[in-house]
Amino acid sequence: MSFSMMINGKRVEAHDGELVLAAARRAGIHIPTLCEHEAVEPFGSCRLCMVEVTKEAWKGWKGLMTACLYPAAPDLIVETESERVLHVRRNVLDLLLARCPDSKLIQRLAAEHGVHRTTFTPRDSEPSRREGERALAAPDLCILCGLCTRVCETAATAAICTVKRGHAREVGTPWGTPPPDCIGCLACAHICPTGHIVFVETGFDRTIWERTFALVRCKDCGRPLPVTVEQAAFLAKRQQLDPSYFERCEACQRQSTAQVFGRMARWNRLGLVQEPSAPVKPVEVKP
Amino acid sequence: MQATSYQTVDDLRAHVGKLRSSGEADRRRLLCCCGTGCIASGAAPVAEALHKALAELPADKRAPLNLVMKRTGCHGLCQKGPLVVLMPEGTFYTSVKPKDVPEIVSRSVLGGEVIERLLYRDASGKPVQKYSAIDFYAKQTRVAMRNVGQIDPASLDDYLLRDGYQALCKVLTTMTPEQVMQTVEKAKLRGRGGGGFDAGRKWRSCKSAKGELRYIICNGDEGDPGAFMDCSIMEGDPHGVIEGMIIGAYALECHEGYIYVRQEYPLAVKHLQRALGDARAAGLLGENILGSGFSFDITIARGGGAFVCGESSALMRSVEGKVGEPRAKYVHATDKGLWDRPTVLNNVETWVNVVRIMERGADWFCGMGTERSKGTKAFSLTGKVKHTGIVEVEMGTTLRQIIFGPGGGMLVEGEGGRFKAVQTGGPSGGCLPESLLDLSVDFDSLTKAGSMMGSGGMIVMDHRTCMVDVARYFLHFLTDESCGKCVPCREGLWQLDRIVSRICEGKGAEADLDKIEDLSKAIELGSLCALGKSGPTPVLSTLRYFRDEYLAHIKDHRCPAGVCKALITYSIDKALCDGCGACLAACASSAILGTPKKGDSFEINTLKCDRCGACAAVCKRGAIAIS
Repeated sequence: MSFSMMINGKRVEAHDGELVLAAARRAGIHIPTLCEHEAVEPFGSCRLCMVEVTKEAWKGWKGLMTACLYPAAPDLIVETESERVLHVRRNVLDLLLARCPDSKLIQRLAAEHGVHRTTFTPRDSEPSRREGERALAAPDLCILCGLCTRVCETAATAAICTVKRGHAREVGTPWGTPPPDCIGCLACAHICPTGHIVFVETGFDRTIWERTFALVRCKDCGRPLPVTVEQAAFLAKRQQLDPSYFERCEACQRQSTAQVFGRMARWNRLGLVQEPSAPVKPVEVKP
Repeated sequence: MQATSYQTVDDLRAHVGKLRSSGEADRRRLLCCCGTGCIASGAAPVAEALHKALAELPADKRAPLNLVMKRTGCHGLCQKGPLVVLMPEGTFYTSVKPKDVPEIVSRSVLGGEVIERLLYRDASGKPVQKYSAIDFYAKQTRVAMRNVGQIDPASLDDYLLRDGYQALCKVLTTMTPEQVMQTVEKAKLRGRGGGGFDAGRKWRSCKSAKGELRYIICNGDEGDPGAFMDCSIMEGDPHGVIEGMIIGAYALECHEGYIYVRQEYPLAVKHLQRALGDARAAGLLGENILGSGFSFDITIARGGGAFVCGESSALMRSVEGKVGEPRAKYVHATDKGLWDRPTVLNNVETWVNVVRIMERGADWFCGMGTERSKGTKAFSLTGKVKHTGIVEVEMGTTLRQIIFGPGGGMLVEGEGGRFKAVQTGGPSGGCLPESLLDLSVDFDSLTKAGSMMGSGGMIVMDHRTCMVDVARYFLHFLTDESCGKCVPCREGLWQLDRIVSRICEGKGAEADLDKIEDLSKAIELGSLCALGKSGPTPVLSTLRYFRDEYLAHIKDHRCPAGVCKALITYSIDKALCDGCGACLAACASSAILGTPKKGDSFEINTLKCDRCGACAAVCKRGAIAIS
């Protein structure tokens, strides 16, 4: 069932089961987010998408809700940039800037909200925080949005998760050791909005979370495919694909397809119209 | 323990009738408190010694006594533990040591005398013999905690003798689920766990939610430092909790329940497990309860002790076996709770109150309390009061009546010991000043005054407590216990902690106070769960009522209460010091100069002194001055 509701004084169509954020986006109303992604369930941890919500029946009471989780409803009146909303957003970005002063994304978002320098104690100036922490070459850009752990849970193997509580919370692996369940798919690194999760690819292997994975080599030309051996096995099993799906690189796949077409053209010239019932064997190509 | 299974309500009633006529109820009872508080002060060897001494009595002496010894749950007056009570006389012995046991048995049990030196002494130092005459108990209204301390929690018969499971019998035979629901609604019972949400409304919306399968949960997580009301109830009256849940399940037509207890309450877990086993064996739990056709069972879920798991949505994740993190409650637990099924979650005390309401009716319950907060509430009274422990009073009793009534007033006489503030509602509650002592204690007045009812913690502070330091302490606790999921709570509380710690160190600026208020508002508005939303309350309430103390730290670099280490110096008053040398021995940083000699005096090297206060604690002449 579809109905209409108000966002920033604009009448917006929405339907049952939809969330305020989706309705707003469809209407072209921008609400900033950090922990939201279509690949995962809404989480509500960054608190940037807070909006002020009310209904006429609520007699003037207005609540601050996260748009990514609040269900759209008939007669809902939403304000995305009220004074209270901006107060929370500014503070959240100020806090995140104190946490990750080097993050370009946070710097930009904070500047958009008038925060050019954090008014809080930057995390790195706290010696207590540095002690016992793994020495990282790269600056800590993690804003703990939880996208990486959630995408790993839904799309891959739940190899990483958040560990510890409160301010000590971090994204980690079991016992801080290379994660045994990791398949090196890079979903975590690609979804990370701040580029905190780093990986290295050197020719035939890929290193992430202190684990090195061999990449699948093309059966024909021997060039590496952008998938790891573990990832190919995982995907083939989960998506019920033919194991040969990940055997060849794109170029070789294209080439073998071209050869099939070429052969069919030859048959046509010889008057053979029907396709042979047996599967076509790919022609051996000498590397 | 009998293993009779009662097939019908009449079977159970017949058994209770038999128990009563057997004279079991009329026997003399020697109650030894074995609550966690008393065990901590050494009740286990006392109970052991009592048991042994009684067993060793010759049979001809023992039989006419007609005495039974019971290890009970918490009596509440934990400060005076271990406690031993002789009933029905009501002789109340405090601070009993194993060496007192032979005397108790020979003089008090056999001789019928009263041992004066073990009696409780009132404010004037006069010994009080009777249980009921002690002001701590006389000024309480025990409803939820009626059985706690009076029965052996391991005995189902004990509970039955105190009208246990009679409310269940009444409900099963004479009431429909709808009538039970209406009674709870009529009693206006509000949740005792913190939020004070109307229990009847919660039940109603759960029952009208879609879905056949529903769950009920008893929240026994109780994470507030210093609070142990729920612990006492679960330890001392486990059947009360179970009976309440069965009645609730009957009203909600639900068949599965969970009791969530933290691992740190091993005794509560043990007693609940035993009680569940006994109830199952007696046909009070499981399939076809007392032949009524209604089935319900309870499972214990143990928590790891995270404060945040007391929050309902985090608790449900924890029961599901996931990380205990809260989630947004835009869809209520009554619609989608445990395993996304409609769920009612109530606190231990709420479930016990359900039993009392069924026993005595909604009108009786509504006769107690205030307009919008009915019934009674248990508080765990701690801090600088004479009687720390558990008290249960009617809603609407004033703070003064609690602290200076059952609480017995301030612990230390004199200027420094004067009442300064009381913190209600646990770590995320607020501190209320002396001017609000006559505030009625109920859900709405406390919230209006900037604090909250919470689960019922009450920490009393005197003038030697620094309010800035208190705010820092609670912020620190909350920073540690925040789950860290959302930004305002994880980062915001940590930054608040930084700012307040800076003030404690004398490095604060006046602009910091505005910053505290600005950030606190954002945390309150922006956090995901109630822990974050109420996180800034300790600092906001102290700032509201004790702003001058913050200013003293910032402007004058002075801690008026003499607590904040960076702002105080210790010195020795030469006129008072007699050179005994106690401080010299106590000092761990060799900061005290001088040799122990009669008539000589000492000095403190302020550069070496780490302001631990050990010297002041040992000085008998009060010669150590803090400035």
